[in-house]
Amino acid sequence: MTTSSRPSRLTVEAPGASTLVQDLGRPGLAHLGVPASGALDRGALTLANRLVGNPDAAAALEIAMGGFRSRFAAETWFAVTGAWGDVRLDGRRIAPYTAARAAEGGVLELAPPERGIRSLLAVRGGIDVPAVLGSRSRDTLSGLGPDPVRAGDVLPIGAAPAASVPLLDHEAAFPPPSGTVTLSLLPGPRADWFTDAARRGLFDGAWRMSDQADRIGARLVGDVLARRVDGELASEATVPGSVQVAGDGRPTILLADRPVTGGYPVIAVVAAASLDRLAQVRPGQELRFRHA
Amino acid sequence: MSRRLLPSGESALLVECDSLEEVLALHDALEEARPPGVVELVPAARTLLVSVDPERMPLESAATWIRRIPAEAGSRVAGAHAEPMRIRVTYDGADLAATAALLHMSVDALVARHSGIEWRVAFVGFAPGFGYLVSEDWPHEVPRLEAPRPRVPGGSVAVAGAFGGVYPRQSPGGWRLLGRTDAPLWDPAAAEPAVLAPGRRVRFEPTR
Repeated sequence: MTTSSRPSRLTVEAPGASTLVQDLGRPGLAHLGVPASGALDRGALTLANRLVGNPDAAAALEIAMGGFRSRFAAETWFAVTGAWGDVRLDGRRIAPYTAARAAEGGVLELAPPERGIRSLLAVRGGIDVPAVLGSRSRDTLSGLGPDPVRAGDVLPIGAAPAASVPLLDHEAAFPPPSGTVTLSLLPGPRADWFTDAARRGLFDGAWRMSDQADRIGARLVGDVLARRVDGELASEATVPGSVQVAGDGRPTILLADRPVTGGYPVIAVVAAASLDRLAQVRPGQELRFRHA
Repeated sequence: MSRRLLPSGESALLVECDSLEEVLALHDALEEARPPGVVELVPAARTLLVSVDPERMPLESAATWIRRIPAEAGSRVAGAHAEPMRIRVTYDGADLAATAALLHMSVDALVARHSGIEWRVAFVGFAPGFGYLVSEDWPHEVPRLEAPRPRVPGGSVAVAGAFGGVYPRQSPGGWRLLGRTDAPLWDPAAAEPAVLAPGRRVRFEPTR
């Protein structure tokens, strides 16, 4: 395989519903009110980066629900992971989760995915926009980091990394499931604010992803989780995956761009290993929880 | 005095204290002896979140570390040596007179009180760099506005509840505005992006 050493650019002609620059985020600043942000499907980001020989933390594009088209200014290796669907280079369908090489002027198109929501497009060299507070991630809540990508934006691509594009077999591909998704839960700090029935119901019940789901949080549809303890909770810090239950008894899973403190009790916390799967769950899709 | 260690996923513990004073003391003590595996120390009104990189510091070790901090530790020694940051304020806020009336004092007395005491950033909330300030010499409870303003300019110096604060950037807000400052309080490009970080001590200085 050859590697191009000439830095390139990516012109986004159609960003689809939402295209954001994301890397592994900016952890360590929650005490200043800054959430870590970063790619929601971190496994997909690191896989895409590894496929093109980038460091895990290189910045990529997080593309929600396809409808994306871009043009490469020079020969560029790239990989698309995360959501599973129709990916085309110069009109020819290519396999997701593999590295491919675009020629100068090559056009990459992502149709709305068949499975999952968020595609991660890594380019060899990484998206080289300026970092803010140590990260190139767009934080949709506080507006930190690079602006959402708009049609016509030209994104600089960094110099090729030292590592070559690795030869990988295709077995690394685990497309997001289309049926019921099972997530592992750990106890939350305020589990004892809820009735035994609510704590059991969390695991016994069938849940559905609502259409109120973004990078800040994902609201679930299902049974009401009743409280044992009434009263107000003083705001306290949460972690990504915290299952916060609002006053109406409906759970919301807080995600990468959440406010760093919240005033609703957290009944449980989604295990880190399940967060990537959660990032690909579509509105209307069924969810179940099991003990981690 | 007691603290409870509550679970918060596989890489964090939420430490619950009996009072904000205990949170402040615990924060100082933990900050003073912070091991490298600690990723975040996030104080709030009654709690402090300790998150770790489990590969560098297992959660069990973090629990032991927190439990070993004596209850009386900290006692605000850590930050007390540091000179307070001085923030110049023009006291001409839209709610200055009404707030003075709420507190049954004159405008001059309110300005003298607000600028005559030392504040400390207890925690950050609401927005990046929005420090909640407390002071032993500020016993007041100021109700929030009934209807929040859709746009509060950055640099607005305000009070609400038992807290003081300065809006770091323009945002909606329901705090009562006492004045404004030109001091840059939030700069993502700076080495210390938020001037009003937890533990920081602050004094306000009237410009007139």
